[in-house]
Amino acid sequence: MASTIRVRATASGDTTEVQALVQHPMDSGFVKDAQGQLIPPHFIQQLTFEHNGKTVFLANWGPAVSKDPYVKFSFKGGAKGDDLKISWTDNKGANDSTTAKIG
Amino acid sequence: MNNVGPSLSRRMLLQGAGSVALIGLGFGAISFSAIPALAAANDKYPEDAFKQKSDADAIKALYGKTAEASDKVKLDAPEIAENGGVVPIAVATTLTDVTSIAFLASENPNALAAFYVIPEGTVPAVANRLKMAKTCNVIAIVEAGGKLYSATKEVKVTVGGCGG
Repeated sequence: MASTIRVRATASGDTTEVQALVQHPMDSGFVKDAQGQLIPPHFIQQLTFEHNGKTVFLANWGPAVSKDPYVKFSFKGGAKGDDLKISWTDNKGANDSTTAKIG
Repeated sequence: MNNVGPSLSRRMLLQGAGSVALIGLGFGAISFSAIPALAAANDKYPEDAFKQKSDADAIKALYGKTAEASDKVKLDAPEIAENGGVVPIAVATTLTDVTSIAFLASENPNALAAFYVIPEGTVPAVANRLKMAKTCNVIAIVEAGGKLYSATKEVKVTVGGCGG
């Protein structure tokens, strides 16, 4: 199954800029469906980025993060060709992860 | 008899030394694991903070202290958000020793929207997209050198992000 995580990591000098887009409903639990029933909360809680076995960024998200969440950050020490591992867990216990190469 | 004596006692000495060494290793192992445990505590999902209603309570639950407004925290948010469900918000700072960044929306049902842990070597800047229930203040908190700094901006929301 294709990963839910799309990543673009670009190294420029010693700084790597990372943009990630994750497919996820990020339901807040406040929205009602067509029948008037509340759609239960379903959102990513933690999104972790690792480089060389070290966490370079940890996102703790609540339901106020937009659907199909996007995040951008940069870190130092990455180089073109290095692996970047991204993984997430949500409030229902689901998870996904992927490894991308820094370009 | 004479041979058994010294070798027995030597064996006991070695065993004793071995167990002392093992205990030493054990203590070493415990103190080593304490360090990642502290880091792991930092990796724990701040459930309580996300449950708080007001931004003041969320900041208190997250950090246990209050923030001072600082012009070194640059908060980028639109004047008017056409779609409250997707509001692009970013923060950058010239502060050093940044350890975390948090985003709150004062009129959301739960003020805390996102909390980012910034390890050493990571640039203290984050861009993300948040839901806003209605026009309110977006607050960015930057934790640097153990202190909290904030920037606030009012964002007008035309169509609320809670799905009406």
